[in-house]
Amino acid sequence: MYPVRKEGRFTIIELNGEVDLYYSPKAREQILACLNDRLNLLVDLSRVEYIDSSGVASLVEGYQLARDAGIEFGLVGVSPAAMQVLQLAKLDQVFPIYDTVADALEGRRAGVQG
Amino acid sequence: MSRAEGRETVIEVRDLVTHYGRREILHGVNFDVRQGEIKVIMGGSGSGKTTLLRHMLGLHRPTSGSIKVLGRDIAAISKKELYDLRRKIGVAFQGGALFGSMTVAENVQLPLREHTRLDEKTIQIMTRMKLEVVNLSGFENLMPSELSGGMTKRVALARAVIMDPKLLFFDEPSAGLDPVVSAELDELILKLRDALNITIVVVTHELESALKIADRITVLDHGRVLITGTVEEVRNADIEVVQDMLNRKPRDETIDADEYLRRLTGTGR
Repeated sequence: MYPVRKEGRFTIIELNGEVDLYYSPKAREQILACLNDRLNLLVDLSRVEYIDSSGVASLVEGYQLARDAGIEFGLVGVSPAAMQVLQLAKLDQVFPIYDTVADALEGRRAGVQG
Repeated sequence: MSRAEGRETVIEVRDLVTHYGRREILHGVNFDVRQGEIKVIMGGSGSGKTTLLRHMLGLHRPTSGSIKVLGRDIAAISKKELYDLRRKIGVAFQGGALFGSMTVAENVQLPLREHTRLDEKTIQIMTRMKLEVVNLSGFENLMPSELSGGMTKRVALARAVIMDPKLLFFDEPSAGLDPVVSAELDELILKLRDALNITIVVVTHELESALKIADRITVLDHGRVLITGTVEEVRNADIEVVQDMLNRKPRDETIDADEYLRRLTGTGR
């Protein structure tokens, strides 16, 4: 199980290590369970050393579900390794990405001025 | 200085000698591939380049010498270990090797269905992500018979990288393609290396393609390595066969009469 915490209106799942073909189903299960409970969700990627396309696919699925259900969903503290994968799949332009939880609480997206 | 200078070695072939029957094909080949580079194996027909590829995939046992792939000596490991190793390796075969009765998406997904227990939804998203990478989004439901040569190769590539391999082998990407489609495929190979951070080994007889995509090139001739170097080093090499290749000059085959006669008559050495 990945660690889960609450901050403000958000539930935060902290993925870590290598999110690969073996671990991504566990991440997916936790993400979908939170969304099923209609929790506003942040996925903390600050401790992710590697994420493969099965891990990214789980994030994509989660985000789509959240949007359809009108639930907040975002990625926070994306590690350089994870950011590279997102950028290369052009998904950095798709996900709401925040530097910190505080930024997410205020709706201040990473890399967006003002 | 090449791109892969100082990086970890992911393939190490030492003194490889191979035979098909009694005929010696590779005569003591040394070959390295470093992490993150595109290494091209070049040579004409009969140079031994496909034989070298097949040995690196563990499809044949060498007569002597060693082949280490991702740190494992593939001649010395068990079938189970070889199977595990192959999960980290993608291969795009020359003709595409797609299953004619399966759609594009089904072909691309096949390794995931064989090797993982991922959820259907995850498999569908991963498939579309990889089809995006090879510029084939929206073609999921076509059958292989409906694809052009270039599309077939791109589907084969998508399937080869569906498991996010660390190492990708691509056999003759340009074979049978017109020059424009061939150039597009070269671009795609460069994009794959950068986008997926894969180490890529390309086997080709197409000089133009090799010069465009390679970080380093190994030129094989009659089962021996003539030179390994950067594009510039190979261009400037003072080796007749390499210069003939660069200048597209047909080669005069020198025939070893005794050896040739033995081959034709099937008599021993």
